[in-house]
Amino acid sequence: MSAVLEPEVPLAVANPRRFVDLVLRIRAFGIVAALALLIVVTTAIQPRFLSRQELKFVLLDTTVFALLAVGETLVVLTRNVDLSVGSVLGLSAFLSADLFGDHPGISIVVVFLAGLGIGAACGVANGLLTTVGRVPSLVVTLATLYIIRGLDIWIVGGGQVVASSLPNSFLNIPQASVAGVPDLALVIAAVVAVAAYYLRSYRSGRELYAIGSNPEAARLAGIPIARRVFGVFVLSGALAGVAGVLWAARYGTIDSTAGTSYELQVVAAVVVGGVAIFGGSGSVAGAALGALLLNTINSALYVLGISAFWDQAIAGALLLGAIALDRAISLQLGAALRRRKLGA
Amino acid sequence: MPERAVSTLARSLLRWESGLVLAAGAVILLGVSVSSEFLSNGNLFYLCISVGEVAIMTLPLTFIVITGEIDLSVASTLGLASALVGYLWSHGWPMGAIIPTVLAVGVVTGAFNGLLVTRLGLPSLAVTIGTLTLYRGIAVILLGPNTISSFPPTYTSIGIDTVPHTFLSYSVLVFLVLAVLFGVALHFTPFGRSLYAIGANQEAAIFAGIRVKRIKLLLFVLSGVVCSAAGILYTFRLSTAVQDNGLGLELNVVAIVLLAGVSIFGGTGSIVGVVLAVFVFAGLQSALFLTTFPQRAFGIVTGCLLLAGVLIPNGSSFAQRARDLARRRAMRVSAAGDAP
Repeated sequence: MSAVLEPEVPLAVANPRRFVDLVLRIRAFGIVAALALLIVVTTAIQPRFLSRQELKFVLLDTTVFALLAVGETLVVLTRNVDLSVGSVLGLSAFLSADLFGDHPGISIVVVFLAGLGIGAACGVANGLLTTVGRVPSLVVTLATLYIIRGLDIWIVGGGQVVASSLPNSFLNIPQASVAGVPDLALVIAAVVAVAAYYLRSYRSGRELYAIGSNPEAARLAGIPIARRVFGVFVLSGALAGVAGVLWAARYGTIDSTAGTSYELQVVAAVVVGGVAIFGGSGSVAGAALGALLLNTINSALYVLGISAFWDQAIAGALLLGAIALDRAISLQLGAALRRRKLGA
Repeated sequence: MPERAVSTLARSLLRWESGLVLAAGAVILLGVSVSSEFLSNGNLFYLCISVGEVAIMTLPLTFIVITGEIDLSVASTLGLASALVGYLWSHGWPMGAIIPTVLAVGVVTGAFNGLLVTRLGLPSLAVTIGTLTLYRGIAVILLGPNTISSFPPTYTSIGIDTVPHTFLSYSVLVFLVLAVLFGVALHFTPFGRSLYAIGANQEAAIFAGIRVKRIKLLLFVLSGVVCSAAGILYTFRLSTAVQDNGLGLELNVVAIVLLAGVSIFGGTGSIVGVVLAVFVFAGLQSALFLTTFPQRAFGIVTGCLLLAGVLIPNGSSFAQRARDLARRRAMRVSAAGDAP
């Protein structure tokens, strides 16, 4: 019996996996194609779009979003969602930039660590409420979205941090560039690469996919679900905290509205980038591409002289289009896999 | 037998709604201790107008959450309706034509949510996060940076007048009338029972012959219309249409619904609970606004109420788990003691 089955096992497993891989690669290719099409069409109408300055702005704007998108991807892979990232960014941006005013001459590294710590603390709260409190992450992070924003408003009051109170070395961080590419964009690309390697090659990284595809099976397989989910919330919070410090360096002026409604853009970027909203499938590179696509669209609208008021509607429409497309793909994929199984 | 009667009594006292009655009493005590003005007609009217539209939007959301779905686009639907009122008015439409048009758009926005959820089988959470962005985006496109505020006083007076001989605002009167209608539909009709059935076990509901998809579509359409009506009231109350009208109100709406004891997992909840939760929420808001608490930071309180609404019902399962853990540990200790 086993002798008959054995040669079939590698076929039945390896083939569909390669097939699924292919489909997912086509999905990622779709984003790149959309991006290329957008750039070609916009440049044809308005050549200024490909200028160095414009490209630099797009990349810089993308860095903050890409960082948030990496954290959000880790969370969404486990079939959870973190809606509090915009508020965490805002709180971290103000508190960390405020350090320069309170402690003149403070090291920039310490400020980044402070931002990381503030973000991680928010992530710990989200993670504990989700895992120990057993509250759906949607509800937890919808609540902390407003609680953290409320704390921000309470602390900041009507005040703000202005660029003149920040040291030049801090404000120059986004300006530094190698061959026209901002250093920050390279750093973020490295972060994406590290996260991608972790998800691909580490046991705990693979476990995130397992939790998202089938929580019950993951539990029976002995995966420490609570610990992993807690971990991704802390990571997502910490990345949002660092993104807050970068935001402060980029814009210089920080009041209590920093990062408002970023969570929607980030969720849109992640989902457009091919991360399934119900977990278990997707990549950080895709999410970063999604962030790049959304920011390029914003920039293209600006260059083409179309009112920035269209931004939000387009992000919403893209988000809906992406989940509908993913649903269609997964239905087709499921049907195709069933046929192959029968054929084999 | 007497033991059973006692336990029934205990259970009825332990009902979520009983807790809400206590919470409502505590809120009144808090309000009175903060300011002697708390129970004045003026403050109660202010309390009413501050919560009216949010209260109206909780009713259709209650139905949706009972069936195990969610609608996060409620505040954006309100904002879109408000922007549309302003846009059409500034383009010279008569108010008599604007109101039905806006309500019809509400049907469309609700049906769009509902069709994506029921026909394409997409998760309502993702769909309504998308339409939260999309509908707000359309409102932003319609109005841009403009503020429309030249509405006729016959309509705007609805927002600032009291219902004669009471301290109620018209928005709260609308809420109370709708609450009775929704309550009867939920608790005394086969339609209402079918909502609980869908929320408790969708598969079983389908096999019992309940038209799950059609009912869910209907609920999203209902939500679209009711939220658009709330948007019209909101516009008249402020006599202003701007792109960010009602921004972020979805948190208040969801918080009230969960505080009312409607389970986020579907299958439980009552309209009485919703009415009580609206009062607790509005009372707390009003009491805090009589102090020096910064109004814009009220999200802290709303967020905590939202968490409380979900954590407290989980409390009994915490106790159960703690007991299990203690028992297992005790067994392990005794097993270790028996070992030679």
